[in-house]
Amino acid sequence: MATKETGRISRVAGPVVTAEGISPRMYDVVLVGELKLMGEVIKLVGKKTVIQVYEDTSGIRPGEVVVDTGAPLQVELGPGLLSSVYDGVQRPLPVLRETQGDFVSRGITAPGLDRKKKWEFTPLVKKGDEVGRGTILGEVPEGNIIHRVLAPNDAKGKIKSISSGDFTVEDVIGQLDSGYELKLMQKWPVRQARPYVEKLMPDIPLVTGQRVLDMLFPLAKGGTAAIPGGFGTGKTVTSQQLSKWSDAQIVIYVGCGERGNEMTEVLTTFPELEDPKTGKPLMGRTVLIANTSNMPVAAREASVYTGITIAEYYRDMGYDVSLMADSTSRWAEAMREISSRLEEMPGEEGYPAYLAARLSEFYERCGRVKVFSGGIGSISVIGAVSPSGGDFSEPVTQNTLRIVKVFWALDSKLRERRHFPAINWLTSYSLYSPILEDWYRKNVAEDWNQVRLWAMETLQKESELQEIVQLVGSDALPEEQRLTLDVARMIREFFLQQSAYHAVDTYSPLKRQYEYMSAIKRFSELAKKAISLEVPLERISSLQSRTDLGKLKFEETMDADLKKVAAEMDKQFASLGA
Amino acid sequence: MAKEYHTINQIAGPLVFVEKTEPIGYGELVQIALPDGSTKRGQVLDTSDEVVVIQVFEGTGGIDRSSGVKFLGETVKMPVAKDMLGRILNGSGDPLDNGPPIIPEKRLEIIGAAINPWARDNPQEFIQTGISSIDGMNTLVRGQKLPIFSGAGLPHNDIALQIARQAKVLGGKEEFAVVFAAMGITSEEAQYFMKDFERTGALKRAVVFLNLADDPAIERLLTPRLALTTAEYLAFDLGMHVLVILTDITNYSEALRQIGAAREEVPARRGYPGYMYTDLASMYERAGRIKGKKGSITQFPILSMPGDDITHPIPDLTGYITEGQIVASRDLHRKGIFPPIAVERSLSRLMGQGIGPGRTREDHRAVSDQLYAAYAEGRDLRGLVAIVGKEALSDRDRKFLDFADAFEDRFTRQGKDEDRTIEQTLDLGWELLSMLPTDSLTKIDRKFIEKYHPTVKKK
Repeated sequence: MATKETGRISRVAGPVVTAEGISPRMYDVVLVGELKLMGEVIKLVGKKTVIQVYEDTSGIRPGEVVVDTGAPLQVELGPGLLSSVYDGVQRPLPVLRETQGDFVSRGITAPGLDRKKKWEFTPLVKKGDEVGRGTILGEVPEGNIIHRVLAPNDAKGKIKSISSGDFTVEDVIGQLDSGYELKLMQKWPVRQARPYVEKLMPDIPLVTGQRVLDMLFPLAKGGTAAIPGGFGTGKTVTSQQLSKWSDAQIVIYVGCGERGNEMTEVLTTFPELEDPKTGKPLMGRTVLIANTSNMPVAAREASVYTGITIAEYYRDMGYDVSLMADSTSRWAEAMREISSRLEEMPGEEGYPAYLAARLSEFYERCGRVKVFSGGIGSISVIGAVSPSGGDFSEPVTQNTLRIVKVFWALDSKLRERRHFPAINWLTSYSLYSPILEDWYRKNVAEDWNQVRLWAMETLQKESELQEIVQLVGSDALPEEQRLTLDVARMIREFFLQQSAYHAVDTYSPLKRQYEYMSAIKRFSELAKKAISLEVPLERISSLQSRTDLGKLKFEETMDADLKKVAAEMDKQFASLGA
Repeated sequence: MAKEYHTINQIAGPLVFVEKTEPIGYGELVQIALPDGSTKRGQVLDTSDEVVVIQVFEGTGGIDRSSGVKFLGETVKMPVAKDMLGRILNGSGDPLDNGPPIIPEKRLEIIGAAINPWARDNPQEFIQTGISSIDGMNTLVRGQKLPIFSGAGLPHNDIALQIARQAKVLGGKEEFAVVFAAMGITSEEAQYFMKDFERTGALKRAVVFLNLADDPAIERLLTPRLALTTAEYLAFDLGMHVLVILTDITNYSEALRQIGAAREEVPARRGYPGYMYTDLASMYERAGRIKGKKGSITQFPILSMPGDDITHPIPDLTGYITEGQIVASRDLHRKGIFPPIAVERSLSRLMGQGIGPGRTREDHRAVSDQLYAAYAEGRDLRGLVAIVGKEALSDRDRKFLDFADAFEDRFTRQGKDEDRTIEQTLDLGWELLSMLPTDSLTKIDRKFIEKYHPTVKKK
């Protein structure tokens, strides 16, 4: 490792500190002052080094010492990440609380991975085996998954020795011919993407159990989605639902500039959640990163990179990872704030000119890829965007939309109506639906796509008819168009609305989603026929089966009920003469 | 003792530049001795080998080149004590009420450290404010920060006072305190608050910080932090449940902008500094609960939206940090409805955690969802009625229209001293919902309709 150089502080202006006497590289981590505050080199001017400090600099004076660590900001990767709760620079929050109390004080560090805990390592390679970067050296049970111990990026050669047994992350588990020591832990600089073999097409959906998402606006494994929405549109609840229910094995939740109390909700509800697949706690496959809005701005800026690096590490083991960044606007806000402190020339609305580049770099780190360990892994990123004043033309939203393929448009009008999830079906889109069509056809139902298109079309027609209704009232419409309005209402209220707080309704499997929408479609077809036989719409709308369709989603026995109601529906229409 | 420097080389706006000092810490408190014998206080904004920049709290009037500058070697601290309850202090924390000096039990840094997210306790204790549009529709919980977004001429002060008067936790007998921080409000407004505190006896349980409109603007940056430091002491050291009222955040933000401009910073939106988000967060995030501690801090910041514009940077950034907002509506106010709370624009993000069986009542979520949906539908129909007249509406639509009117008139409207229990609020909600066809109550589980619906349950 590089030798540690020391210098002195010459200026302190808020979180920006200038130092002399060290010659670090850009983005190296330096420890500032007697308190050893963590900072990052962000500018080199002449003999001066400009450092952005992650913590409050009150009381720091010119003349105090700075130490160059000779390495950029990096995270520790190894068993023990899952179930952890970190701040933006991978300091474990529960450990910080134990060592220094309820408030985060300055200048303290704690390693990201527990140094004392022992892990049961079973090697999968033997003496003489050729290994390179990403080779699976062995396995360690961690949380709800098998942690595959990967050879670090710079490891290359033949195995000289490898042992099985219980090890801490720092213990040597084996050696290469060259004398290279293998350990359970490796380090990786967060601002650098981890390498992979090649990128693959994202042609498998990330199943979320949220009807409006899976049916109308699906996200692919390895895909990117944005959830924009002004404050109070239910963005946080939606992203939490995704963390809980999506079918990725690993969930990484980056609370970037989150509200303290909402982060608490995540931090207290996650440990209580059960993983539907294993029955174990959901935390056993989750990493939480919490950097609330009053924690240091620079750590907030780093938190997103810390998250994606951990995501890449699990992807490299061949897992599907979903990463929630809530919110990328807060992240951009942090960039803007830092940029303004540096007195950089601002771009649009005061954001730095490199905003677009940083955003696309970040989203480009996701994808479904062939990894060096042999398998396929993916990172799906869901980035929440909170445009100021709900104005989608602002730079963060616009730059994000240019990159992501799925847009789940949260809508405050829907929120006012208590339509949850408040995802607008007219303005949202998914560019993955054509790619995923095949998968749905093979794995759920042959006519999945027809049902989907029918629903989209009905909703579209409704919005056109609504404009007329606004002018003349619904009574002026012909019966058939009024039926379309009624069916669209059924789609909206029964199918699209889904209660995150209801034990049954909170998750809907794909098969059930399909059956449910098909039943509504069937109702629509029968009703159309009835209307052609001059049955008044009022009689159709007051059929018991219509009411039942709306209520059955809250029943434990929903799948069976759906069959019963479908049969009833046929009978009731028959009694109308259709 | 601290050395006195006479090396001021520049004074610009609220900033004083001092040369040739020994190393001075960032954020250190400064005392400046003026030629006329008075002293002013300030804080270090920028420190380097060559020059130290000081922000003077009381304005730089009267300071000259020969004034003496003393660095006190510590950052701003607030002396705190239990005896502060019942006291009125100025914006810098000195007594205004001619009472005895406060004997501090502790001196605390006013820049509070962030609560470790892991140490935070989930806020879920329902606070009954007795106001239906808050309790029923935008429920407040202990540890929440819920601002009132208002505008010039709206009765936000009355709403805040009614909440301060009536707020209680059901079945609770805990110690309760109010910390009131006024930033740049007029003395008339301040008196209005004080009178009400005195009338209701609330002053005994309150600590009041007053920075009035004619007090130095820069002091406004200190006032809320002094108040919150006091609140943290009362809540987490003494185990009290503290309600903090901060008014008016707009004045605070103006002061922030003023400093930013004086420092010649690159301004962000509308001239406010780029770090306003973090700065506001460092105040608002000091609300909450801590695991294993008895007390709590609940915040009610009041801000008047310039031009009623909710997208203005101040309400906008506030909304991103606070857990929702109570929005005062000019329309309702014109209709003579008090409190003029626009439920459709208001939101409590922590509502879900504070309601339901064991907290309020099992049907709370369903009733409030249904009220929201029906009210939104009725309001939409108003636009239609304006064009086609009420006669053109279907029966169903007419019922929703009437419902929206009744909702404003009976649910939202209530007396300034009317303290409704949560049962009363929910029963009133059911009564209003019974105006609508029962089959349009799609957001309510059948079992609740059978149990609570006034006309259905009788059968």
